[in-house]
Amino acid sequence: MTTVATAPAIVPAFDDKDDAGRKLAIICSKGNLDMAYPGLILANAALGEGVETHLFFTFWGFDIITKAHMGDLKFTMLGNTATHLPQGLGGLPGMTAMATHRMRKQIAEIGVPTVPELLEQIVASGGHLWACRMSADMMHLDEGDLHEAVEGIISAADFIEKTESAQLLFI
Amino acid sequence: MPVTAIGETQVHVDAEGFLTDYDEWDEQLGGELAAQIGIEMTPAHWRVVRFLRTGYVEQGETATLRRVSMQAGIPVKDLFTLFPKKPAKKMAYVAGLPKPRGCV
Repeated sequence: MTTVATAPAIVPAFDDKDDAGRKLAIICSKGNLDMAYPGLILANAALGEGVETHLFFTFWGFDIITKAHMGDLKFTMLGNTATHLPQGLGGLPGMTAMATHRMRKQIAEIGVPTVPELLEQIVASGGHLWACRMSADMMHLDEGDLHEAVEGIISAADFIEKTESAQLLFI
Repeated sequence: MPVTAIGETQVHVDAEGFLTDYDEWDEQLGGELAAQIGIEMTPAHWRVVRFLRTGYVEQGETATLRRVSMQAGIPVKDLFTLFPKKPAKKMAYVAGLPKPRGCV
């Protein structure tokens, strides 16, 4: 008797078993345009990989989910040596507006959405947005001032509880 | 480049199993690739896969979730329902294309 050995088909291991249970918590504490993107891009990437993702917006990071500011985050050259330009330039009038305009353009050119659009995509992908209670109190803001998809204004302790066993990123 | 059998067809794939030759794919094979990863194709799935196939020819790369949602008008939420958990990679796999290289 002859047996024909058939090799199993090479199929990507998508590892999407329900019990995979990987979780990611991202704390967004900065409100500059260039510091908003890393957290949002990583959240979007994690969601696309089937990872349960929670974002906690705190201190200046609150601007990312505040209706009045989310579409108007800025980039400044001041204190940022990675622009490789003389620091004094950054303090000239209109420099922050110009640098912001340029960065927005560069981001749009590579097909990356604006901050509000990226938030929409994160929510559509199943991401969870949480606002920091202390920041809300400090800035006298409530749910009405925030992106509709924010699930709640919660304390730091609540966030820690919700993200038990999650991997954590602080930005 | 490894060769693997999907149903009756021999195809060239990369180390992970994504097809490497655009022309080795046809819709019957697409259905078989979907079955390999537990997806049963419906007209909604085919709409996505056909968009990816034509998009690849036009753009020279696999469309990301964002491009599919913006240009084909299929909401991101629906893409997660059709191709659960890892929609971008699963769509690309079924369409016989490389994984998208863009971040968003």
